[in-house]
Amino acid sequence: MSEVSAAAQPDDKRVFYLENEHPHADGGSTALGFWIYLMSDCLIFAMLFAAYGVLGGNYAAGPSPKDLFDLPLVAVNTSMLLLSSLTNGFAMLATARGRVAATQLWLGVTILFGLAFVGIELREFAHMIGEGATPQRSAFLSSFFTLVGTHGLHVTFGMIWMATLMVQIAQRGLIEANRRRMMCMSMFWHFLDIIWIGVFTFVYLMGMLR
Amino acid sequence: MQAESPAVHFLLGRFTLESLPIHEPILVVTFLVVALLGLALVGAITWYRLWGYLWREWFTSVDHKRIGVMYLVLGIVMLLRGFSDAIMMRLQQAIAFGGSEGYLPSHHYDQVFTAHGVIMIFFVAMPLITGLMNFVVPLQIGARDVAFPFLNNFSFWMTTAGAVIVMMSLFVGEFAKTGWLAYPPLSGIQYSPDVGVDYYIWALQVAGIGTTLSGINLVATILKMRAPGMTMMRMPVFTWTALCSNILIVATFPVLTATLALLALDRYLGMNFFTSGLGGNPMMYVNLIWIWGHPEVYILVLPAFGVYSEVAATFSGKRLFGYTSMVYATVVITILSYLVWLHHFFTMGSGASVNSFFGIATMIISIPTGAKIFNWLFTMYRGRIRFEEPMMWTIAFMLTFAIGGMTGVMLAIPPADFVLHNSLFLVAHFHNVIIGGVVFGMFAGISYWFPKAFGFRLDPFWGKVSFWFWVVGFYVAFMPLYLLGLMGVTRRLRVFDDPSLQIWFVIAGCGAFLILLGILAFLVQIYVSIRDRERLADVTGDPWNGRTLEWSTSSPPPAYNFAFTPVVHDNDAWWDMKRHGYSRPLAGFNPIVVPRNTGAGVILAALCTILAVALIWYVWWLAALSFVAAIAFAIFHTFDYNRLGTVAAEEITGTESERTRLLAGTAAP
Repeated sequence: MSEVSAAAQPDDKRVFYLENEHPHADGGSTALGFWIYLMSDCLIFAMLFAAYGVLGGNYAAGPSPKDLFDLPLVAVNTSMLLLSSLTNGFAMLATARGRVAATQLWLGVTILFGLAFVGIELREFAHMIGEGATPQRSAFLSSFFTLVGTHGLHVTFGMIWMATLMVQIAQRGLIEANRRRMMCMSMFWHFLDIIWIGVFTFVYLMGMLR
Repeated sequence: MQAESPAVHFLLGRFTLESLPIHEPILVVTFLVVALLGLALVGAITWYRLWGYLWREWFTSVDHKRIGVMYLVLGIVMLLRGFSDAIMMRLQQAIAFGGSEGYLPSHHYDQVFTAHGVIMIFFVAMPLITGLMNFVVPLQIGARDVAFPFLNNFSFWMTTAGAVIVMMSLFVGEFAKTGWLAYPPLSGIQYSPDVGVDYYIWALQVAGIGTTLSGINLVATILKMRAPGMTMMRMPVFTWTALCSNILIVATFPVLTATLALLALDRYLGMNFFTSGLGGNPMMYVNLIWIWGHPEVYILVLPAFGVYSEVAATFSGKRLFGYTSMVYATVVITILSYLVWLHHFFTMGSGASVNSFFGIATMIISIPTGAKIFNWLFTMYRGRIRFEEPMMWTIAFMLTFAIGGMTGVMLAIPPADFVLHNSLFLVAHFHNVIIGGVVFGMFAGISYWFPKAFGFRLDPFWGKVSFWFWVVGFYVAFMPLYLLGLMGVTRRLRVFDDPSLQIWFVIAGCGAFLILLGILAFLVQIYVSIRDRERLADVTGDPWNGRTLEWSTSSPPPAYNFAFTPVVHDNDAWWDMKRHGYSRPLAGFNPIVVPRNTGAGVILAALCTILAVALIWYVWWLAALSFVAAIAFAIFHTFDYNRLGTVAAEEITGTESERTRLLAGTAAP
């Protein structure tokens, strides 16, 4: 931040302003700002986890995790999301090397894995609702559907974001602004991965142990 | 679930003509007055052909100074609405004795006290502090704007959208009748089936998005955009308090968003988070909402502390006493504010250990706060104090806030709280700290920085009139409530049986009337100051002999704030510059990159408003349409890559030499 050391200046030669400054690079604060946004989003998930922690055992004489969860399916689903993070990382590597086609390809693959994840999740939801385990049935199910569904909504928005970025990269290439957007998008995507690890552990695995 | 309700029309949702309160004379008259004033305003703007000017120069502006001023205008306008609610309550409680029902039916009275709290916190106090921070912080740190200028504009319009939604509930449908935090199960669909709680939820969700984004923006601004030489421990104290306040915003408003979203899921989809049946837990709502709610009061009061710090140092002509301890006190308060939420419901029955922890944590907050009070006192000690309006507010604050702090420590003692919980003693306490802390601070800040924003001072005579009516009015209005609370009167009551209580409510009503005179005097002060702006003009840019960087530039500052980025050598950077023979650069200007204005924030916020109203009235097709439109428009906006413009060096030279001419004019006799 400061290339001018104040103490080094004798009193009568103090520099009070920068005569020749570089104009500020646009977006110099974007990474920090986006991190702070992610932390605020993380708090929303923290509240949903807290709600699940308080209410997750309140089955109201309805179905419990053991009756509902299909762990192999969830494992497949988890692998879809983890693989999407991997391919997202490949997209970022391609971006760093300035390869437009490879970036587009890996973004497309990431979206496909994301679609698979959301698709499997929706199928799981449909199955549960079909068995009468609706979000209205008990506080456990309300908090389950809300936590997992909020994550799924985030993944959906991430895919819309990626699709938008593909169009923008096609139009303008990997210009500075698009690289910055890629960086934010990938932070968002990895963030959702970490949240899912929490969901998988606390909701699914520990739910089976209850 | 709403699907079971037959009243939902596919086109209009649950809106019918009966939703309009045409059978309530008070509301009809209010509506007529508001409509007439609104028409007069719209007519005047049209007559003077100001729409284009307002749209281009203000509504679409991404300049932090203009956005700050717009926040302050919003806060002052909403203060009038929130205060109308207050004086209606005081009148009702002063006359509803001896079998009289007063003049407000219960369903109206309940809306009034709910709207009063919601409006005063979210749409008066929050816009006022956000406005001051927006205006002052970039100037104080020597920056040209905030980190994300467009986001700033969008945040402002989301806050305004929330205010618009609350105002709409006055005339279309009704507002919540639940108290300002809308505890379930009362706020659940079973006990509040009407639109009131939905207005509450969506107004706060929309405004909350704006507040969270503006918090992120200001944190990034303060961390990344300080002038060279301004280390963290050389930041002005107002900037420090703004940093802590915005960190708290980012750390708590998502909690509010999540909590209200869960309440909305209960109400709209029939889920069971906070219901009494099927495993729901209403007390979880109370916990969650106060995890936001308690830090919220520090979000409000910390920037006010910052204002007092600036004012005390400036008007005592001394460096602030104990800068380091002031910073640490602020940070400690920030952290502790997150650890005390449970003191709002000791009576919930969490047990003696839990209550003790939260009681003691609460009492500990009084230590850093007390340190601050002593720092201000020592700043004044042996200073050459000038009793200008900002300093008067600061002294009134120190006296008033000390009382409010002491009653706060009383309430922090769990056994005492079991007696005082939900009593008028509590009501008196939080008005004591919010009016004595936040409102006085905002008046101090507005009168302190007004000349910076507009180039002329506020009229001191009417300022003093307003000050005395406010301060005296506050004591007359709220000291009786302490007494009534100790006598066992609970809050939110509409009628009373015991005639011996009436005299205290009459006195409190007189106090509210004095505050009304204070508010009117403030409005007169603004009018008189604009009228006499030649007499009150300040061309130096430094009318108070200030100490921090905002006083080094012209009043009002140019769009680029500083022709050259300042270099900081001291806590009181501008004071240091004045002491060490700083001379204003007169030539050699470089072009400056500034962001372009954009209407995207207005449009996006308008779409969110439509979405909120559609959700409130169950107009599902409109909700879907406006949701898709908002997303689509946001994506469309990201295709605009050309968001920066340049102020040419010649233009800067012109602006700066105009200032040179003005400064030379003041030097002449």
